[in-house]
This record gives sequence, C-alpha cells and structure tokens, in this order.
Amino acid sequence: MSDTQTVRPVEADQAVQLSYLEAPAARRARLSTGALLTILGVGFLILGVQVRGEARFALSTPFDPVQLPTIALPSTVTVLLCAVITLAVGVGYLTGRVPRGATSGLGALAAVAVFLGFVSWAAAGAAYPFPVGNQLAGTIALATPLVLGALGGVLCENSGVVNVAIEGQFLVAALTAATVGSVTGSITAALIGAAAAGVAMAALLALFSLRYLVDQVVLGVVLNLLATGVTGFLFDQLIQPNSGTLNNAPNMQSIRIPVLADIPLLGSVLFDQKILVYIAVASVIAVTFLLYRTRWGLRVRAVGEHPHAADTVGISVLAVRWQAVLLGGVFAGLGGAFFTIGSTGGFIKDITVGNGFIALAALIMGRWHPVRAALMAVFFGFITQLASQMQTLQTPMPSQFLLMLPYLATIIAVAGLIGRVRAPAADGVPYVK
Amino acid sequence: MSEQQSGLELRGITKRFGTFVANDHVDLDVRPGEIHCLLGENGAGKSTLMNVLYGIYQPDGGEILIDGHPQHFANPKQAMAAGIGMVHQHFMLVDVFTVAENLMLGREGGFVLDRARATAKVRELSERYGMPVEPDALVEDLPVGVQQRVEILKALANDARFLVFDEPTAVLTPQEIDDLIAVMRSLRAEGKGIVFITHKLREVRAIADRITVMRRGRIVGHAEPGTSEAELAELMVGRAVDLRVDKEPARPGEVRLRVRDLRVANSAGGVVVDGVGFDVRGGEILCIAGVQGNGQSELADALIGNITPLSGTVELDGVDITRAGPARSIAAGMGFVPEDREDDGFVASFSIAENLVLNRFDQPPFARGLALDLGAIADNAERLRQEFDIRSQGVSDTLASLSGGNKQKVVLARELSRELSLLVASQPTRGVDVGAIEFLHKRIVDERDKGTAVVLVSTELDEVEALADRVAVMYRGRVVGTVDPRTPRDVLGLMMAGVPYEEAVAAAGPSAPPGSTADSPTTTSGRRTP
Amino acid sequence: MTDRAAVPATGRGLRWRARGRTLAVTAASMLLALLVGALLMIVSDPEVADKFRYFFGRPGDALSASWAKVSTTYWALLVGAVGSPTALAGTAGQAAPLICAGLGVGLAFRAGLFNIGAQGQAIWGAIFAAWVGFALHLPPVVHVVVAVLAGLVGGGLWGWIVGFLKAKTGANEVIVTIMMNYIASQSLAWLLLTPAFLRPGRIDPIAPPIDATAMFASLYGQFHVGFLLAVAAAAGVWWLLDRSTVGFAIRAVGANPHAAATAGMSVGRTTMITMTVAGLLAGLAGVQYALGPGADGVPTPLSLGLVGTVGFDAITVALLGRSRPLGIVFAGLLFGGLHSGGLAMQTFAGTPLTLSQVLQALIVLFVAAPDLVRTVLPFLRAPKQAVVGGAA
Repeated sequence: MSDTQTVRPVEADQAVQLSYLEAPAARRARLSTGALLTILGVGFLILGVQVRGEARFALSTPFDPVQLPTIALPSTVTVLLCAVITLAVGVGYLTGRVPRGATSGLGALAAVAVFLGFVSWAAAGAAYPFPVGNQLAGTIALATPLVLGALGGVLCENSGVVNVAIEGQFLVAALTAATVGSVTGSITAALIGAAAAGVAMAALLALFSLRYLVDQVVLGVVLNLLATGVTGFLFDQLIQPNSGTLNNAPNMQSIRIPVLADIPLLGSVLFDQKILVYIAVASVIAVTFLLYRTRWGLRVRAVGEHPHAADTVGISVLAVRWQAVLLGGVFAGLGGAFFTIGSTGGFIKDITVGNGFIALAALIMGRWHPVRAALMAVFFGFITQLASQMQTLQTPMPSQFLLMLPYLATIIAVAGLIGRVRAPAADGVPYVK
Repeated sequence: MSEQQSGLELRGITKRFGTFVANDHVDLDVRPGEIHCLLGENGAGKSTLMNVLYGIYQPDGGEILIDGHPQHFANPKQAMAAGIGMVHQHFMLVDVFTVAENLMLGREGGFVLDRARATAKVRELSERYGMPVEPDALVEDLPVGVQQRVEILKALANDARFLVFDEPTAVLTPQEIDDLIAVMRSLRAEGKGIVFITHKLREVRAIADRITVMRRGRIVGHAEPGTSEAELAELMVGRAVDLRVDKEPARPGEVRLRVRDLRVANSAGGVVVDGVGFDVRGGEILCIAGVQGNGQSELADALIGNITPLSGTVELDGVDITRAGPARSIAAGMGFVPEDREDDGFVASFSIAENLVLNRFDQPPFARGLALDLGAIADNAERLRQEFDIRSQGVSDTLASLSGGNKQKVVLARELSRELSLLVASQPTRGVDVGAIEFLHKRIVDERDKGTAVVLVSTELDEVEALADRVAVMYRGRVVGTVDPRTPRDVLGLMMAGVPYEEAVAAAGPSAPPGSTADSPTTTSGRRTP
Repeated sequence: MTDRAAVPATGRGLRWRARGRTLAVTAASMLLALLVGALLMIVSDPEVADKFRYFFGRPGDALSASWAKVSTTYWALLVGAVGSPTALAGTAGQAAPLICAGLGVGLAFRAGLFNIGAQGQAIWGAIFAAWVGFALHLPPVVHVVVAVLAGLVGGGLWGWIVGFLKAKTGANEVIVTIMMNYIASQSLAWLLLTPAFLRPGRIDPIAPPIDATAMFASLYGQFHVGFLLAVAAAAGVWWLLDRSTVGFAIRAVGANPHAAATAGMSVGRTTMITMTVAGLLAGLAGVQYALGPGADGVPTPLSLGLVGTVGFDAITVALLGRSRPLGIVFAGLLFGGLHSGGLAMQTFAGTPLTLSQVLQALIVLFVAAPDLVRTVLPFLRAPKQAVVGGAA
C-alpha cells in the first residue's frame, strides 16, 4: 500500500492554477438552511415567551407492567432553550462560521431542538400528558407501508425507471390482500397475493415504459388512475355486494419477541409487532445489501446512472430494469397489504389516501437510498401520528398544518434549499440503442 | 506473417442505414504492437466502423477476423471476450461509482461483490501500465485525463489485445494529450494493437505507424507516417483544401469591443477564463485560437451573457454589457453563432421561418404588440433563404430536416440579417461540408467589411489562417499572446501549449523560420482517389 | 414531452397523412379500451361469471349473458352521454372543467413542463370563487365576474409558486406539483373548519351555498355559461400559443431551452408565465365546480371533494388532446360524456360509475403507447419508411 502512487493533484505542475470557489448551489443551500432555522428560532422565541405551564410526557400507559414516571418539563424554559439552540445554528449557517466537520452534527442538533421545542409547546398546559408510547406505536404503524413503498420506489428508480405509481400499487395490493385473505383465511396467502398484485402493477409499468417507451411520469399518473378505477369498479360491482365472503379478511396479529418485548416503553413498540413490521425492517437491510453489496445491485445502479456504459460491458439494460421494477413491485405490494390486513381487514375505495405519494416523498427526501428513504418514511409517519395526537390534545396548531409537513419538506428538498438532491442520472430516460 | 500473428482484420465491411451507406466495403487491419491511425472527417464513417467492430452494430456485409479466424459479434460482450477493447470518446464510466466499481462492472465474479479483489486489480493494472489511479476515488471527482485513464484500464482489465481509441484527444488538455501519447506508446510496446481514430493531422504524424484515410464511408488511401499534412488533408477531404478567402486587408476603424480583466467561472466553480483582455476594432476579425477546453467557449458565453462573469468589464460601442444577459447583448447589436448549434443555435422542431426570427420575434415588423405577424415572418424567411442559399423545400420545413451546413446557414442568416456592431462566432464551420464552409467564411468577411467587429473562436488553424486579421492564442484561461495570422504554425502550436511568443519563436526558430508555413495544405500532388 | 410528434415534417401531404394515422390510433385506442372494459365487466359480474361455469355445456348462456351485460352497459353509457338534450347538456357541464384543467396541463406541456398540479390549482380556484360567491353580496353580473376573477387569481397564484420555484431553484416541477396538490387539499380541509368558511349552525366541513348572483347562468340544464367560458379559454390558448409572442417563447423554451436562452428569451420568466397561465386555467376549472349548476340546478357548496379528481383527469385530457387546444376540447367532451353517461349507466344498467374511470385510464394508456396499438391492430402500421441516421 505504501508505495502506491496516488493520483496527481489536478494539474499541480501547471503554471496556471485553476482556483475554486464555493459552488453556488452549496452556498445557496447553506444560506437557505440558515435562514429557515433562524426563522424557526425566532418563531420559537415568540412562542416561548407566550407559553405557560408544564409540558408533561407520559412514558407508560396505566396498563404497562413496569410503570415509568411522567416527565414534566417547564415549557417556557424548554421552548426558549430550543429556540436559542435553533437560532444559534441558523445564524452559524448564515454567517458560514460553522466548522466544516460539524455542519451535519449541528444540523441534527437543531432538528432535535425544533422537535422538542414544538412538542413542548404543543403539550404545555394540556389536560393530559403527551402519550409518548402512543406516539411511537402510531409512528411504526403509519411508517410500515411507507417504508415498503419507498423501498419499491428505490429499486425501481435506481434502475432508471421513475415510479409515481406507488399509490396505484398500494391500492391494487390492498384490495388483493383483502380478497385473498377473505377467501383463504390465511395471512400468508394474503401477503403473497398482495406481493403478486404489486408485481402485476410493476409489470404494467415496466411493459409500457421499457417496451413501449411511454413517458414514465405520464405512465405513473395513468396507472394510478387505472388502479383507482379498477379497484373502485371491482369494489362496487363484486366485493361490496359480497362483502361477507370477499371483504372479510383476518387481521395480522402481533408477534411478540420474548424478553425484548418486556423492555419498558420501547419493548412493546419494537418487539411486539405485526409480521409486516418485521418484514419492513428486514427489507430495508435486504435492499441495502442487494443494491450496494451484490453484483445485481451494482448493475441496477449502473443502468440507472449510465445505461450505455452498462450496455458496452455486456449488461442487458432492459433485463436489469425489468428485474428491478418487478422486485420493487414485491415491496410496494407488501406495503399495500398493510392498509387492509394490517389494520381493519376490509377494503374501501381509495383506502390508501395518498400514502403512495408520501412514500414517493420519502424516497426523494432519502435521496434514492434505501436506509435514508426508510428513515424519512419513519419521520413522515412520526409527523402524521403527531398530527393526530395534536387533535386530541387540542393544541392551537391545526393538525392539517402538520399533515402538510411531509409535502412541504419534499418541496424544500427538491428546491435545493437544504442540500443537493440528485436522482439517478438516467432516471426516467428510456434506453434506446 | 504467421497465422497466429496476423492480428485483427476487417474485410469488406458494409453497413447501411436505410439508403445511406455508412461503410462501403471497408478493409482495415491491425497487427499486435502497432498503432494504426484511422483518419477521416466527422461523418466519414469511422465511428460506425468501430461500432461494427465492437458488436454495437451488425454489419450488412463483410467479416471480422482475429488471427485468421472469423468472428461474429452480436454484442459488445462478445467483442470484449475476443480481446477487443474500446476507449470511447464519451467515456463509458458511471460517474457516481468508484474507479474499482467501474472496472468491476460486467465482470464482477460472484454474486456478492468482492471489493478488495477489485481494488487490488486496479492497483495491479495501474502499476503495470504506469497509469496512476486511486481505486476508491469517485469517477466524477477525477479530472478528465484521469477519467480517460480509467476508461483505458477498463479495457485492459478485460485483457484486451486490440484497443480502439475513438477521438481520444478531443477533450484533453495539451499536457494530458502528451500523457496519453506516452501511454499509447507503452501499450504498443506491450504488444497491443491500437486503432487510433482522429481527424487531427498533427497527432497522426506524432504517433502513427500506419495511416488509413476514410471518406464518405470508404477507404480512400493509405499513408506512411512521414506523409505531409497537406497530403493527408487532401486525402481526407477529397480535394486540395483551399480555405483561403479572397479578402481585402482589414481597414480597422474605431475600437468597438473592449474586454478588460475578464474572469469567468464554469458551472463547477472553476475559473476557466482568468484575466482576459483585448480590443476589437470595427472592420477586423480577431480570432481566438487555442486547443478546445482552454476557456474559449466560456469566453464566448460570457460575451453573449449566457454566463455572468465574476469580474472585469465588457464594453460594446462604449456601453457596459458585462452583466447583460443575452437579450441585452443582442439589443446592443451583438450577433452570436454558438459553438454547439444543435443545442444553442436553433430549435430543431421549429420551422426555418421561425428560427430565422428566433431573437427578434417580439419586435417589429415580426410582432405588433403581443401578436405575431406571420406574413412578415414568412417574407423575411423567403428573402433570407434566397440570399443565403438555404437548400430546403420551403420555409415552413422544420430545421431538423436540413443538413448541417444548411442549419448553420440559417443561424448565420439570422444573425447577419440585422445591423450588427459585433459578431461572435464559435466554431462556425464545425461539421459543415466544404462547399458551405467557403460560403460561410465569405459572409463573415463581408460582415467585417461592413465595419462590424468580429470575434471568431476556432480550434482549426486552417480557419484561423484563412480569416483572422489578428490572432489571440488562449491557454488555460489566459491569452498567451496576440499575433499576426502569418505567424508560423509551429509557433502558434507552441503558443497553444502555453509558450509565450518570444520563447515559441526561439524554440521553433531553427527548424521553422518564419514564412515556412507554405506547407499549408494547398499542394495538388499525390491525388489518391480510388 | 409527449406532444412532440415524431413526424419529419417535409411537405404537407406527409403531415396530413401522419395526422390521419394519429386519429386512427386514437380511435383504435378507444375501441381497445372498450374491449378491455367489457372483459372486466364480464369477469367481475357474479351472474355472468356463474354462467361461465357451465360454459362447455351451454356456451350460448354465457355468451348471451355477457353480450347482454356489455351491450346494455355501453348503450346506457351512450344514451346517458348524448342520447337526449338533457344528456348532452350534462356532458357539456362535465366537460367544462375538464377542458379548462386540460388546457392548463396542455399549455405547460408545450413549454416542456409537466403540470401534475392542476388538482391543487383547481382547489384554490374553487376556494377563492366560492368564498366570493357566499361571503360577498354583489349585484348580479358583477358578482359572477368578481368570483371568476378571484378563482383565476387563486389558481394562478398556486401555479406561479411552481413556476417561481422551478425558475429560481430548478426544482423538478413534477415533484413540486404532486406535493402541492396535497398541501392544497389539506389547506381546504383546514379552511373549511375556520369561522370564515363554516356554514352557520354546522360543524362538518361544508361551506355555505353561494349566492344566486354568483352562479353561472344555465342555458339548458347543466349546459351553462361556464362551458362557453371553457371554449373561449381554448380559443384564447390557441391564439396565445400559435399567434402570440408569448406563445412563441413558450414553445421555444419547451422545445429547446438552451437555444431559447441564447436567442435572448428568459427561460425563467417564460416558465413563470407558463405556470401562472396554467394555474389560471386550472383555477378556472375549480371555478366551474364552485359556480356551475349541478344536476339539481344549483352549484354544489364548497366541500372536501368538490373538484373530484379533475387535476388527474386533466392530464388524461391533455394527453388525448395532444396538448392542442382543439384536441383538448374534444377530449374534454369525450371524457365529460364518459362521466355524465356513467351516471346513467349506473342507474339503468347497474354497472358502477367507476367503469368510466377505468375506460378513461385505458384510452390514455393505449394512446400513449401507439406501438402497442399497432401491434394489436397491424393494419394501422405506417407504410415502411427508409430510416436514415445513426451515421455518427
């Protein structure tokens, strides 16, 4: 190793050196992040001055075997403290005084401060303490389909096929899971059916985009309409009149992992869950491994970035794309199953209410990386759950504003205000020799 | 020559696209340990031939033999397996992959990636062939010259015996070209057979063991490395090239364009024009000469206003247009012929008539208020079509239906159809047939004689010699010197490599006294047409 | 994007022949969609499916049951769409918002922008128009004019935001518009619970009915002034695109932004103008829902689902109409007919209205893949042409 020559620095031997500046995009991202944090900080300062009472957080429900104490924070102090932290980081970004290595760390700190500040403000003076356990359990439930849907999208888009039809895949899979579950009475069969339905939708996506070169965004929109239409039609014509036999699927039961599930607070949230939750976690690991550690994954990413290069080394671009899109369909299908057999068991029209698009948002916010996309999905699940908690706590903040957050965050991200979001280079570009 | 050593042979390769014959019974052979130059203009069929060889196209006739055995390549993978490697003009590298990942792709081994082995392989190859490369570096972070090294290593990793270099110097700096030539020599010494595709005569003479010239899909001749550039050029274009334009000596008037201390950064933040200043008078042509990629393109873009300069000033007829966008530059009287006309010069799906008013459609007489005057637009088009001899069925045809030369005529007609104070033309004759070149050159000189200041960016010395009244040579974002167009070619060549005028004259002096440039390819000897 | 016809335009004859082929493909797509729709009906109808169980015993039963099901359904659809003056008026009423929103999507297409945000723009158009309709009390003609203008402002603003983000930051408009649709519907959900929009005495999210003075006057049943407005908008868009300097810039930027910029056009400004006008048009679709009389003769009050899925339907309308104003009018009428005929189909043939949506999606899917249609129906294939190219 020691004698290995390194690359000669860029033309160091030349008389004239090219000088480099902070790239405009990076500068813009730094400034807008700083501005955003500063505005939030100032907002919290105002809220902090107005807020009264204690913010209480219940760590256990009365039924838990181990009772944890309810934490009470003085809301004024907490909110103001968070405001100061947010403001300091924001100003640091704006002035460019943040040390290079510390940018992401301080950014994360500011994010935590924003959340703690917000929740403390929201929970201050409420009649009931903020149920932390509920919040976590709800987050997991809401995030599970999002994680799976985003993974489906990750596979698809890394191979260069844009997938805005996750919503449609969810819908068809949800219906299939409900009917197969009703007919067979088996959760396993329902899951297999859902995965198959996801794959079938993916096959349509692949057929029309890869074989017939239909614009992939157009295609996604049309497939969503088709899925809404077909599921709605089948529901009206076939399933609702026979709901006893066709829309009466069993629900997934929680699977308790011994010992681990007894850990207070987190145990039951993480280790006493439905099978799909475990599948989702395993899928994140599996997809990450597939994409970044295997031959197949290398090829998927290659055809998504530079299909021509892959072609010249003998890789069949279309075959790899087909494989990736179809495999993505498996995950999207499993995600769709959660809406029926993962919750109430029955299908109703438009049961997925735009969750496919939140999964898409998670995928973009996660910059097309499985782990980051999954984390974003969890984050979006957290926000959605927080919104419904807010309603029960009757805070002054309308829950709709919180529900907008995933969409707003995605817009901020694609506008490059936080950092560079770059799709695979050939995403959405058909490959024609 | 023994059967095993006969190397790679293409025999009678024919390739048609519809009625167009891209390759017409082409024969070519490469022996191990030699560099065989395939010379020809853009569109002569060189790349088609290589795509046939690499299995991307299937030939309509002819055969490929390696060591006397016929081969059939249905795809690049089979060509690679037979020992053929390609160094593509547009690198076939995945930007977001590391060097090692790029080398692994397509030949990964087992299902699970073995990165350690790939890294070791890169190290081994890069040491063996003397091409230093960091295996774990991301390709997008590497300079172009190093990326090309990766592309070469990729071919070598496949144990290629025959390497095809497709226009490899187009994107390189002079320093990188020297490195590349050294690499090619060492590959030759290793016994590799090399096909070197280019249209640059100087490079051919520098490195070729044998030279084959293609024109219009056919082999039109062979030449030895000692062949003069004039003869090679003649073979390449089919007749003695006479780019000299009948032009009167310039009668420069007042200074119209004044550029001072201009600094321009490219999109990545690199300062590629660094302190450039010059004056252009009305009625003279200033040529910006230099090897592609030394800041000329960005300079032209900064003049029209597609890029805002970091600092410095640009004045046109005394008006400061440093920070003006294209709209204001055009209003100030600037005509602009962009380097990449397909991308920047016209809208291919628009009609000829619409393209001819692309920068004036919202002004009288073509618009009244918000409404377009289609009649005026059509009249204008018909008039310019005749004046500029644009060959088409009608002015409502789309521009996409025209040939390259006629497309460029549309661009030039549009720019010259209004009163100009400055014309900036980048590579105005690139990819244009010879007949159109003469016409375009004549129109540019005519514009000069009307008292317009002309800035002509060109990498072709022939064009520079034919048109320039003064020559500013650019190297790495700076003007090395401004000289007379009659300056000997080798002096210009040295200046294009960054050597100041006096040193260049001294270095070139013994072998090339001033005035020895009469070897510009105008001789008529050795006509070799099939 | 999709509207760039791959026609090497040399000579008028060729162009007309290409246009004829395009029409043939469109017609064939409809036929195929009806066929697939028929299959879906047959397999999902329990009674018909029952008869297929003894298909080999008595194939006649199954086939006649299938035929009966399919023919009554499609006949009801046809009659419901165009079978009577009332039906025609209903079709026009359904078509009006589709045409407006379709124009919004189509116009953006021509500038190379994919406006998936017609939904959100229509929602804001409806909110603004409805608010003026019930909160202000103005004289007859003035009221409806102000309401329409307000709706245009609402949609235009929502569109402008997209154009602004695209122009200033390069944000992908597809993703931005998708996300903004949901922000718009959440905003509507919130607004409907605020005192300004709550109907007195109600706590559910429904706004007060608009004043009669703000309503689009009915000419015959659901055929109202709004439809004329939609057709006028189409004519306006045609003029804008083909006869105005603004349209020249829009088309140039859409076809080649680099060349447009080098010729002195401002790509950013054109993007903003385009998205604003697209938003205006989609906003007008929202206005149609807010002010246009429904089947009961009065406009539906502002509520969560008022504009339905008009934004997504608009994409299908623009695609089928190939982003040309005249095409969009016809496509809007066709899908308007599917929607209004679908109601009759549901009532008289017992086939769910959702079949209309299936047919609509299928038609567009086939239209978008002409090669597929030509594979299924080989006689549509173009005469072989010499392919020139690839000489690089």
